[in-house]
Amino acid sequence: MEFSALTLLSNALSGHRKWERQWRSPEPKRAYDVVIVGGGGHGLATAYYLAAKHGVTNVAVLEKGWLGGGNTGRNTTIIRSNYLFDESAALYNHALKLWGGLAQELNYNIMFSPRGVLMLAHTVHDVQSAQRHVHANRINGVDNQWLSAAECKAFCPPLNVSPTARYPVLGGALQRSGGTARHDAVAWGYARGASARGVDIVEQTAVTGIRRAASGEVTGVETSRGFIGAKKVAVVAAGHTSVVMDMAGLRMPLESFPLQALVSEPVKPVFPCVVMSNTVHAYISQSDKGELVIGAGTDQYPSYSQTGGIHQLQHALEAIVELFPMFGRMRMLRSWGGIVDTTPDRSPIIGKTPVKGLYVNCGWGTGGFKATPGSGDVFAHTVAHDEPHPIAAPFSLERFTTGELIDEAAAAAVAH
Amino acid sequence: MLLIPCPHCGPRAEIEFRHAGEAHLVRRTEGVDDAEWGGYLYARANPRGLHAERWRHIHGCGRFFNLMRDTVTDKVMDTGDAS
Repeated sequence: MEFSALTLLSNALSGHRKWERQWRSPEPKRAYDVVIVGGGGHGLATAYYLAAKHGVTNVAVLEKGWLGGGNTGRNTTIIRSNYLFDESAALYNHALKLWGGLAQELNYNIMFSPRGVLMLAHTVHDVQSAQRHVHANRINGVDNQWLSAAECKAFCPPLNVSPTARYPVLGGALQRSGGTARHDAVAWGYARGASARGVDIVEQTAVTGIRRAASGEVTGVETSRGFIGAKKVAVVAAGHTSVVMDMAGLRMPLESFPLQALVSEPVKPVFPCVVMSNTVHAYISQSDKGELVIGAGTDQYPSYSQTGGIHQLQHALEAIVELFPMFGRMRMLRSWGGIVDTTPDRSPIIGKTPVKGLYVNCGWGTGGFKATPGSGDVFAHTVAHDEPHPIAAPFSLERFTTGELIDEAAAAAVAH
Repeated sequence: MLLIPCPHCGPRAEIEFRHAGEAHLVRRTEGVDDAEWGGYLYARANPRGLHAERWRHIHGCGRFFNLMRDTVTDKVMDTGDAS
């Protein structure tokens, strides 16, 4: 069923009791051409583009919980593409371009709001680094511009630009085309689009093993609902990637850390954009429900607990009230943690593996949401053609053997 | 915040410590090819369950020590001097 003004009106008149389910929940078949492990945004986007662009529709997405219940539903929904190196700029800007037309393509309102992402500079080093990013971005065709402190204040009036602040704002890099989107809707929209094209979305089904033939290639996956055959297995399991890849005997260059976020009580619109500061470590935006959405840092130890240390939240809030004194008396409503898989160079791994028929898309660390459409698109191409998409090629697993790292540690949203 | 039992100073708050990565990584120096060297530098067990790891009591005795922790519950199971 297509969403349109007419269907919205007719369903409103019938009390919203006649909406259909947006994706099918079939029993899994005995075998598929492609099994995708992980029903988050990236996995569902991969399934969608496999079906929509490559005609590969005999596909199952296996999710151990519910769709988007992992990091897709736990992130702070920030979208930007102002990464330093050419390889990263190509990847994240590919995603940003897809965000712009995604709601139309999926016929599903993902609430993409390019309200601008302002990254603050507080020290001379910050200024030099941010301006280097601005110049590199502009050469790569990525929208980014330098603002003075006064211009930052004009763009984001709640910002405290007092020179007497502990870490005064010296300026900022603004990507006007960055912003936010509704994270759940992204997962649901891709699931709906994939399901309509024949992809089986199988929830509450955990993968417990990867079966391989004597010659080494994958033949399918063991699951909590029995064996499911597959010619190709594409692992998109975020924080649990190491656990899944270990089932195929592969030791990954990944460590999984808790990353926390929190939201305030909802208030009227007070905050017009996204503001990030790596130096005092805070990032903040306001959701359409009115909550301030605030990101904290990762804990220092690997963990799968989906909780983190309270001192990380305190540290983030100290930075928020320093930058925005008007929020000093706001009450926080809830906080939560997600498990992020980080690579040594803070860039993702997208591509083939030493095991024939096994593909992996992981290592997005603290910043995967922004890349969801681009990640799914280039990974679907890689799986369909058994050949890396040109944009994905530099992000191969082999780079940790060859040493061709893409060191974006300085560009990541979170200080590591 | 974790309560970390330093084998030299006793239980202290996590913020006194620096996590120092997976324990028992063996660095070989002779006859090492690129794959093995890359594995030593970057590949990690990252298990869901018991994890052998190193910590350093940077705001205390300054010494490294080994610790076994369950990465699902974050419960510390065992600790010992690294030497």
